[in-house]
This record gives sequence, C-alpha cells and structure tokens, in this order.
Amino acid sequence: MADQPTPTDAGGTGTAGGSAQSNRSRSGGHVPRLVGIWAAISLVGDLLFWFLAGPHIPPGTMTSAAGGAQFDFNVLFIIAVPVVVAVWVYMGYALFTWRASRVPGGPEVRRQFQRGHTGVQAWFIGTTTVIVMGLFIFGTAELIIPAGAGGGEGPNPIWTPTSGTVLPVQVIAQQWKFSYRYPTFGGFETDQLYLPDNTTIAFHVTSLDVIHDFWAYQLGVKADANPQQDNVAYTTTSQLGSFTVRCDELCGLWHGSMFNYGKVVSKTAFEQWASRTEAALAANTKNLPAFSWTYVPDANGADGSYYPDNVDPYSKVETYGAQKVTFK
Amino acid sequence: MVASALALAAGLAVMTAMAFIATTPATVDFSAGHRAGQPVNVTFQTVGSYGSGTHASWVSYEIQAPSGQWVHTTLWQVPAHTRINVTIEQFDSGSPLRNQEIGQVTGTLGGYMLLNGKRVSVVNSNSGNGVAHTFSIPNLGLNVPLYGVNGNANLCGAAPCTTSSPHNLIKFSFTSPGPGSYPWQCFVPCGLGFLYGNGGPMQTVGYMDGFMKVVA
Repeated sequence: MADQPTPTDAGGTGTAGGSAQSNRSRSGGHVPRLVGIWAAISLVGDLLFWFLAGPHIPPGTMTSAAGGAQFDFNVLFIIAVPVVVAVWVYMGYALFTWRASRVPGGPEVRRQFQRGHTGVQAWFIGTTTVIVMGLFIFGTAELIIPAGAGGGEGPNPIWTPTSGTVLPVQVIAQQWKFSYRYPTFGGFETDQLYLPDNTTIAFHVTSLDVIHDFWAYQLGVKADANPQQDNVAYTTTSQLGSFTVRCDELCGLWHGSMFNYGKVVSKTAFEQWASRTEAALAANTKNLPAFSWTYVPDANGADGSYYPDNVDPYSKVETYGAQKVTFK
Repeated sequence: MVASALALAAGLAVMTAMAFIATTPATVDFSAGHRAGQPVNVTFQTVGSYGSGTHASWVSYEIQAPSGQWVHTTLWQVPAHTRINVTIEQFDSGSPLRNQEIGQVTGTLGGYMLLNGKRVSVVNSNSGNGVAHTFSIPNLGLNVPLYGVNGNANLCGAAPCTTSSPHNLIKFSFTSPGPGSYPWQCFVPCGLGFLYGNGGPMQTVGYMDGFMKVVA
C-alpha cells in the first residue's frame, strides 16, 4: 500500500517529479499505521478472549471430547479475531483517510485505484490460503487424535481410543426416551446414565424405532441413533458433575421432552451404583433380550417392526403369541 | 384493498383459533377444591378402540372426571406436591414389549403397583397376556406397565367400557411434583396400521399422549 499511486503521480492529471515524491512520502506511513493499529487491537482482543472468556466456553471440560471442542472453538476464535479486526480497521481507516474530500483531485481519482495491486493480491491470497489450510490440518488432527472428538463414527470406528480400558454403554433410543444398557454389569437396562470419572467410554447408540440423536451436551458427545445400527462414539471423562442428554433429531410429538440427566461420579461411586442397580433390576434383566449391539424388532405384535395396514384392531396380529405377519 | 386484506387475515386468524379450541381436548381438573394434605384420586380407562368420533378405531385413554363422567381426554390437572392415587381400568389386549425395560414399575410410591389386588414390580411381557400399554411420565421417572387382557376374550369395543367387560384393574400412587406441565404417554407402540405402530394415536394428544398439569 505504501507504493500505491497517489492521485497526482499516477493519474496523469498532475505533474511528475517533486509533486509525486511529496505525495509518496505523505502516503508512506499508511501501512505501518494500519499494521500497528491492527496488531494492537488483535493482540488485546485475543488475550482478553483466551484468558477471560475461553475457559467458560461451552461445552466445558467434563470430558476429553468437551475439552477438545472448547479448545478448538477458542483456537478458531483467536484466529478469526485478527481477520475481523483487519477488515474493520482497514475499512475504518480507508473511510476516514481516503475519503474523497481529503484526496486532491476528488472523485475523479477513484478510477485510478481500481487497477488492482499485485502485491496486495498476492499477500491476500497467500495469507488466506495459509489460514484455511492450517485450519484444515488443525481440524483434521483434532478429529483424529481424540478418536472422533465425541462424534458418532458408525459401527466400525476409524479412530479408536488408545486407552486399554474402555467402558461400553449402550444407548437405546425410542419414542420418546433414552435407556442405557451396561453389558459389563450383567446387561441391565435403566433410564439412568451414570459414568465413572477418568474413564474412556464407548457409547454404542442405537434406536428401536425412528431416527433419534444422542446429544450429551456437556460431554461433547453427539451421535445419531438409527434403528438396527450401532453408532459408536468415544470420550474420556475428566470431571465430576451432571450433564444433560437431549434428542437432537426431530422424532415426533414428544421430541422436545426427550431428555434426561446423567452424572459423572467417582469410580468407587460408579461401581456401587452399578452393582446396586444390577441387583435391583435383576428381575427384569432376565426378561430382556440377550445383549446385542442392535435389536431387530419382531414382526409379531406391538414389538413388531411394522404394523400391517387395514388390520382389525382385534386381530391376533397385536396379540401375544400370534402368527408372524406376512407382508403383501 | 388493504382493509379487505386485513379483514381476511383477521377472519382466518379467528377461524384458526376456533378450530384449535374446538379440537383441543378438555382438561379434567382434580385441583379445584383440593384440601392440603389430602390425596387426589384419578381414574383412567384404556380401550382398544374408542368406538366413536373421528378416529373410532384408535386405541385411547380416557379420564373419569370428579363428577363420575368419562371424558375423552389425556389432559388433567392436579395440585402440586400431593399424593396422587391412580386407578386404571385396562380393557385392551397385550403383546411383548418392544423394549422390556419398561416392564419395570418405576417412580411409584413403594416401587410397585397393584395388579388386580396383587403387588407387582415387574411384568414379563413375553409371557401371559403381555403388556397392553404403559402409563409413563418420563420426566418424573414414572412408568407403570399395564398388563394385557386375553386377546381371545370378548373385549370391550367402545368407550366408556364397563367393568363387566374383561379388564385388569391397576392401582398405584405417586407424588406430584412442583407446578408445570408434564408430558405423559404410553410406551407401547399401539398405533395399529401406522409405521412402527408409532403414528396415529401415539402422536395425538387426547389418545395415548397428554399432559399432566400441576398447579400450586
């Protein structure tokens, strides 16, 4: 920008020589001034955000996935701040410094500034390319290193945790509730979700009817619940406390009420809760189907996958023990 | 021109409001005249088909008002922090549950229900007559599976049913929470003729879903 033609030396309306030199020296301070203003505001903005707001950015630090999401957001923010500041500072500076009434030659000089500037263009393309490619590499690494960053990876996860001990918890969604099955504790199923602290959890998310979505907000975990699919999401707990689970896929009338609360407790408290719950639910656990990563609803009755149309409400189709329905 | 458009818009708004009011089920109020410390008694019926109205073939709940009249609704109002004694006359046939987890009685006082006078905490839906419906308020952790009637029996086909028809009598109690509206529902996908059984009455307030309104 320091070498940009001034209205008089490039426009052909003024004289060359002494006048051009004068104008050049008059515009020579723009770049240092702009960079100085931009750097100062950006630095202050970034520092304020990183130290004051950053630690409080949701979803918090209850798990590795949540902490990772918070870190990623904060990194993106401090990269975005200088970009936004650059735009705003340049715009404000230009509006004030190069407004028509301050430039010799008036509005006629605008034509000369529309010619472009190779240096500025190269700088712009180079800088934005570096930023975008850097963020691409950063984002990819942040997805791979924490084993999917709390997102559902499908039945065969590409990225698995390095921890040797993983607690599997099956999340079963249905209209309109979540229930949780603990295969390592006799396969009991409950609508309470308790997790031990400092433990890697493998959520196996599935559905018994329509598509739901398991969104444990403070855990930074979010995975679709699809019927007859085992969608696996990993995270490692790192902080005691309560968290909220919501369905994040429109799933019918009570979708808005499809939520519950979970707890991350100490390992000892978890063991006690799991043993106590396993014993309390033993009478019902023996009635559950054998543990499986997915469940295929039987076509017989209200547990069936599909109800046939045009069936008498009193048909044996909906009666326990009836013949399996043949679909036309 | 503008006045005509405004008049048309106002007319449509009024018609929409009237249609909404006309189709919203009534709320049965059990809070009026309630004395502190006294329990509230609420009686429901579950029927395999309501037998009349727009959706005569749909399965449905209905509620008995304090006056004794049966009301086709799933909206009811109770006082907060009060013992609610629930009686359900269950007239429908059953089946295995899609998720046997809801065969467990939860959230009731004592953790059980009385099924035809017998204390029960778990219903194995894979045996006997199976489970017809559930009475569930998920946000309160309340779930009561309603044991089915033998499907080969001469079932009641139109509400309100009388106790001369084959039925099961389920009783349980719970304590109402603080003021608010609490969705409740049946967890058995009993919408016969709909995909996964989850359409129709399962998605319609007044049939198998509703609100328990709790007032101070």
